[in-house]
Amino acid sequence: MELVCPAGSLPALKTAVDNGADAVYFGFRDSTNARQFAGLNFNDKRAAEGIGYAHTRGRRVFCAINTYPQPDGWERWKSAVDRAAGLGVDAIILADMGLLDYAANKYPHIPRHLSVQGSATSYEALSFYKDNFDIRRAVLPRVLSLDQVRGVAKHSPVELEVFAFGSLCIMAEGRCYLSSYLTDESPNTRGACSPAKAVRWEETAQGLESRLNDVLIDRYGEGESAGYPTLCKGRFEVEGNVYHAIEEPVSLNTMDLLPELKSLGISAVKIEGRQRSPAYIADVAGTWRQALDHLDVTPDDFTVESSWRNTLSSLSEGGLTTLGAYHRKWK
Amino acid sequence: MMKLSLGPILWFWSKQTVFDFYGKAAEWPVDTFYLGEAVCSRRRELKPDDWFGLARDLKACGKEVVLSTQTLIESEADLRRLRRICDQNEFMVEANDQSAMQVAIRNGIPFVTGPSMNIYNVATLKVLAKQGLKGWNLPVELGRETLDELIKGLQEEGLDLPAEVFAWGFLPLAWSSRCFTARHYNLPKDNCEFRCLEHPDGMELRSRESQELFRLNGISTLSGSRYDLMRELPDMERMGVSTVRLSPEHLGMEGVVQRFDLVRRGQVPEQDPLTLVEAPPCNGYWYGRPGMELVLR
Repeated sequence: MELVCPAGSLPALKTAVDNGADAVYFGFRDSTNARQFAGLNFNDKRAAEGIGYAHTRGRRVFCAINTYPQPDGWERWKSAVDRAAGLGVDAIILADMGLLDYAANKYPHIPRHLSVQGSATSYEALSFYKDNFDIRRAVLPRVLSLDQVRGVAKHSPVELEVFAFGSLCIMAEGRCYLSSYLTDESPNTRGACSPAKAVRWEETAQGLESRLNDVLIDRYGEGESAGYPTLCKGRFEVEGNVYHAIEEPVSLNTMDLLPELKSLGISAVKIEGRQRSPAYIADVAGTWRQALDHLDVTPDDFTVESSWRNTLSSLSEGGLTTLGAYHRKWK
Repeated sequence: MMKLSLGPILWFWSKQTVFDFYGKAAEWPVDTFYLGEAVCSRRRELKPDDWFGLARDLKACGKEVVLSTQTLIESEADLRRLRRICDQNEFMVEANDQSAMQVAIRNGIPFVTGPSMNIYNVATLKVLAKQGLKGWNLPVELGRETLDELIKGLQEEGLDLPAEVFAWGFLPLAWSSRCFTARHYNLPKDNCEFRCLEHPDGMELRSRESQELFRLNGISTLSGSRYDLMRELPDMERMGVSTVRLSPEHLGMEGVVQRFDLVRRGQVPEQDPLTLVEAPPCNGYWYGRPGMELVLR
């Protein structure tokens, strides 16, 4: 199985390669990709340098152009595909059907990966993308249980990549408009969820408050550790109860499932987090590299070493990890 | 004149409530009915044959009927239900994900797309038109400006693809494999006791300052404010919108339909005569603003 790691910057890309990534993925410095953060991502010069660094070491580079262009942005998104092609990337990660069509016709020789933002949760949906845009690979949304992944994998017409570690999207990716409902930006339109520009922190008599476009997302009492106010991970009131009504702040960690994912024929595991620092990438990539190497040597006797578990827990939101939807009980 | 449609019922109602609702709605000035379970695979008060029966009854009343598919397809059982809906040649299908489009295309049945299908540009519409797309819904997070450009772009391409706009009701904003209603009751999703039946218009989720943010409805999350584009109907007509969608609620729906019917005929009602589920109005998306906002003109 291939280890696919995020690169939000050139140092992060090099670190990922140095720590065992088989492939890295990056986006351009604008809203054409789903991790638009100030100071993050690549201009063409940096991208060329990063691609050179990876290719020299025999690793692959994917370019994510996985937001949805509206008419006034069409030319910019199209040009992003042209730039990726010109840079010599090994695959382009796309979600929008119009853009997939453009890439398939103009650059048939460059493999197309369906982004998780393309929301394909069944082999029929995968067949749609395969038949219409000849995608080579698809990234599965984090909403499927392991049983459901098994069903998809059995009939999939394309390679599958699944999420291994990082932030947990609880909603079917590509079809969550919660962020644009509270702010004016969503993953689909701007590559941003709960954007930093809308975040406000306030010390108040009741505690530390986090707000998103003035909406109170969470309030922390003494001794509680505060997290980024991703709107689905706040505490809200439903019928008189205040709780994490949608999801707790936890990270996804599927390392325990590696033997099963391998036996299902999954082609690649993906680390989330282009917004993360090189130091984080080094630890996560290095840990997963060890695990995958261990899996190759002892496929029938794979165990997660406690040092790996501890490293990943320490890098997780709230120090907690979950198997997420892979584990049916979570639902 | 623009058509009025009733979208699929997004809530979980008892079989009798559903039959009563459509029994009355058949008399309303609605042109198009979207029928079927679009949210949760566990909601089976109506069996496929019940839906087909309803569809035929409404068709016999002179209504246009479209069968809606489940938005989040996860399992083989979901695919079986989907194939059942697409294994007929009496009705058009509303494809709510790519699985549904694939099956509809394979079976050669005409389809339209619902508001959860990500159609953001003309290139996407061109691809789908080649595959049998007969109409489309604007994604809920898109607004007037984008819609205007899309309709103009279609005209330039010489494509006749009628546009529909979700214009009234709680906006469907997200789908998850987790059931938030079951989570509220500390029940596993697979044994949810069908608690959604107790919440015919969802469960309000408020901030700790009592701001209405969302409505939890099984695996789906809807807006906490009610989208209302009634006053935009003349503008939509000028732009070339074909159909205006109203999302069913169990109280006061007839009044909503009557009001929209008056507006599309150019007779603006003097005031809101309605007693509905209490919720603030919003229209932000239409103006390119955060969806929850209310822009006053």
